[in-house]
Amino acid sequence: MKPTTKSFKQNVRVALTDAQLQRALAGLPTGLVANRAAARARLPEFDDLREIGRDIKDHTLAHLDLYLEEYERNATAAGAKVHWAATAAEAREIILNICREANAKIVTKGKSMITEEIGLNAELQAAGMEVVETDLGEYLVQIRGETPSHIIAPAIHLTQDQVEADFRRLHTSLPKDRVLDEAAQLVGEARQVLREKFLAADVGITGANFLMAETGSSVIVTNEGNGDLTQSLARVHVAVASIEKIVPTREDVSAILRLLARSATGQEISTYTTFSTGPRRADDPDGPEAYHVVILDNGRSELLGTAFREVLRCIRCGACMNHCPVYAAIGGHAYGWVYPGPIGSVLTPALIGVREASDLPNASTFCGRCEQVCPMKIPLPKLMRHHREAEFELGGQSRPFRLGLKTWAWLATRPALYHMTMRLAAAFLGALGRRRGAFRWLPLAGGWTQHRDFPAPQGRTFQQLWAEHKAGAPR
Amino acid sequence: MTSRDAILSKIRAGLGAKANDAERRQIVNERLAARGRHLIPARVKDRTPDQLLALFRGFLERESATVLEIESRQQIPSAIADYLRSNNLPARIRVGGDAMLTQLPWGSEPHLEMLLGRAQPNDGVGLTRATAAVAETGTLVLASGADNPVTLNFVPETHIVVVEQANLVPAYEDAWDLVRARFGPNTMPRTVNFISGPSRTADVGGKLVMGAHGPRRLCVIVVKDSTSS
Repeated sequence: MKPTTKSFKQNVRVALTDAQLQRALAGLPTGLVANRAAARARLPEFDDLREIGRDIKDHTLAHLDLYLEEYERNATAAGAKVHWAATAAEAREIILNICREANAKIVTKGKSMITEEIGLNAELQAAGMEVVETDLGEYLVQIRGETPSHIIAPAIHLTQDQVEADFRRLHTSLPKDRVLDEAAQLVGEARQVLREKFLAADVGITGANFLMAETGSSVIVTNEGNGDLTQSLARVHVAVASIEKIVPTREDVSAILRLLARSATGQEISTYTTFSTGPRRADDPDGPEAYHVVILDNGRSELLGTAFREVLRCIRCGACMNHCPVYAAIGGHAYGWVYPGPIGSVLTPALIGVREASDLPNASTFCGRCEQVCPMKIPLPKLMRHHREAEFELGGQSRPFRLGLKTWAWLATRPALYHMTMRLAAAFLGALGRRRGAFRWLPLAGGWTQHRDFPAPQGRTFQQLWAEHKAGAPR
Repeated sequence: MTSRDAILSKIRAGLGAKANDAERRQIVNERLAARGRHLIPARVKDRTPDQLLALFRGFLERESATVLEIESRQQIPSAIADYLRSNNLPARIRVGGDAMLTQLPWGSEPHLEMLLGRAQPNDGVGLTRATAAVAETGTLVLASGADNPVTLNFVPETHIVVVEQANLVPAYEDAWDLVRARFGPNTMPRTVNFISGPSRTADVGGKLVMGAHGPRRLCVIVVKDSTSS
């Protein structure tokens, strides 16, 4: 997928004034956020499980080469064909060849961020294949020519009216006067249209939430059952997974499953969790005749020796974006690549480069909610700070910005001068802004005040108040 | 160098590890052999079978599934017939080769039509038997094969699952032990399905709708006494 991360600021301006998008995003706090809180409250051990989840992933990453080899050995013994792809281009080529060898005309797909990352659909379509996204949200996004705006709710930016309009535009073989007032009617229509695709598909492609080393299984988690129809009705099943999806045993996967759905949607567990091992067996009446697994690196192995190793613990639950005030304001598309929200602000620069995505780690208030809710305890704000430092080292920022930072650093390392300057500024701005309580515009801070008011200081600095407090003066 | 070797050596470089480090390999082998369990939620600890059943039932009903409890296997045909009748569903069910299911006294429900084999596109009702049931989240564990073809779990609009209370276990880890006991310690069936309700989506305007692609209805029949034949 081609990044538009460089035009982040422009993307944000568009998102903030998009009334449809703002309406669609308004439901986040009462939906996914409230559901997660309730699920956490029902399981008192939830925070202990987060530590366990973190430790499982840390152990696995520290022995990643060995678990990948163990996985490969067991998957191959069960009849899987395991492929290794160092880059996105190599993964596309491998999958295209599998589809060509299967003489594929129709390819169905389960929900998979990794195939978004490698830009798979365009490659298969260019080779003349019909590629059908079968997760309902992914389908809604595909028929609009868009990309997912959330990793577990790809169409979270769309309203029901937009879906109805798209279905009327696209499903032209259905009666024009059909009623599509209810969400259930729209879901029913999609079910009918996509069922035909499932039955006609030659190749079914899914992602994988986990690769289990102990048994050589790939694991998918869904609520719709689309991933299962994708992989059990097509002749060939291709599972695509990045290297960090490895987990050692069934016991380890069980522990992480206790975190995944609760963090994502607030469910106790997702409706369907499916463990796939090899192709159809000799006496199986169904299931795919061939089963391929494509293991993708695409830059991840280079993170292992850096502070960013921790981001490889991510299980893609989406909790960080659900709880992010920036995501809630701008939605997912503005982030400009596959992974939006706080995880995207860390992962995107790590994978495609800080120069390419320098605005993302800066698009954070550092409120810390993302780290608080992360089931894998990834220190997202700290990692964003690392990116900011790297960006500064690279000299990525504008001259005025760097000059400002230098001035600040000069002042901040001279306490007496700093306190005096702050006292004067607080008193001056406090007196000036007393009437309105905030400034709409300030010289040299136009970039800040363009989008929000600057609260007027109350007249005295924290240091002054603290000194008075210690002296025992009444506040 | 193949991509496989390039990726593995990059990983080792990042970790600062050597290619044939016996100590690291031993750590991995021991962990794989130990199959160590992590934290099991207190909600399923020290529970009687009936308390587990109540938990199991509660979670499934919360997710819009139907749970029927019957005393013996002999009652399965009539329980299914009653369920289909009361939901205005066709009296025609598809079942795999599972001997327990096919050898039930179906004669007691002469209007029930039985079809054998994998799911076909127009099948309305699929009947399968679960290997295990997990109380901690109301989850069925199904193993694919000739007895219980995987397509029966997803293609028909209504899915009926029979499970014996003897196979109702507290936690996921206990279910894996049942799978290991049945298929061997290192062998997995082609698919193991954890199913915890009917298919659903909230992708249209955030509204929850049942029956996205898989079954609209899930009916779980718990047989309390599995010794009767």
